[in-house]
Amino acid sequence: MPLPPLPDAAINLHAGAGDWRGAVRLAGDALTEGGFTTEAYADRMIEVIEEFGAYVVIAPGLALAHARPGPDVLRSGIAVVTLAEPVVFGHPHNDPVNVLIGLAVTGTEEHVTTVAELANVFNNADSIPALAAAPTAERVREILGARAAE
Amino acid sequence: MMHIVAICGAGVGTSGILKVNAERALARLGREATVTASDAASVQTAAADAQIILTSPELVHAIGKTYAEIIVVNNYFDLDELAEKLEEALS
Repeated sequence: MPLPPLPDAAINLHAGAGDWRGAVRLAGDALTEGGFTTEAYADRMIEVIEEFGAYVVIAPGLALAHARPGPDVLRSGIAVVTLAEPVVFGHPHNDPVNVLIGLAVTGTEEHVTTVAELANVFNNADSIPALAAAPTAERVREILGARAAE
Repeated sequence: MMHIVAICGAGVGTSGILKVNAERALARLGREATVTASDAASVQTAAADAQIILTSPELVHAIGKTYAEIIVVNNYFDLDELAEKLEEALS
């Protein structure tokens, strides 16, 4: 089961974020540009971190930005943002972050295949530095094993 | 059957990754358990019959009182870390 399609519009490489909120907002922008969410979803991803802390930083250098399903999710998908300068989220072990995966799902069950596939990719410890260094959207899709369109 | 609950803030995404990798780590250890994913808000019900709760260092405070053993996972993708911590909790 491959990842959902990852169009160029949902990939933003070597971007400038300033701080963690800026970085999560870039992930939200990429999800919106990719046609997966409305702009409101970025605010909800930020609220999750404000409420529960930096637990979304699930591995060194990597944040999985996400929120619950909601009316602002148009279809399930992922977005990829890499940062020119890493930002600190406040995680005790995994800061700083230079790769963000934005995840949007329409239902709580259907995310399971997507996250299982993400787990496959990132169980290879080389994937995070490879994404951070990826020069093109095509290279990002190659690392993730994702296609550009259906 | 032993019950292990993976907890995250929203109940989608990170807890799913933790569940998948916990199952892989258990398979590596040759141990059997039911692993479910849940969110911090419903942990008291979701983990009522759980022996082990897996979560991020950031969410330990959100779990509250529990009889389950809490395993704090730093790198959700590091099967060595997960297997080591699960083996210690299961022994």
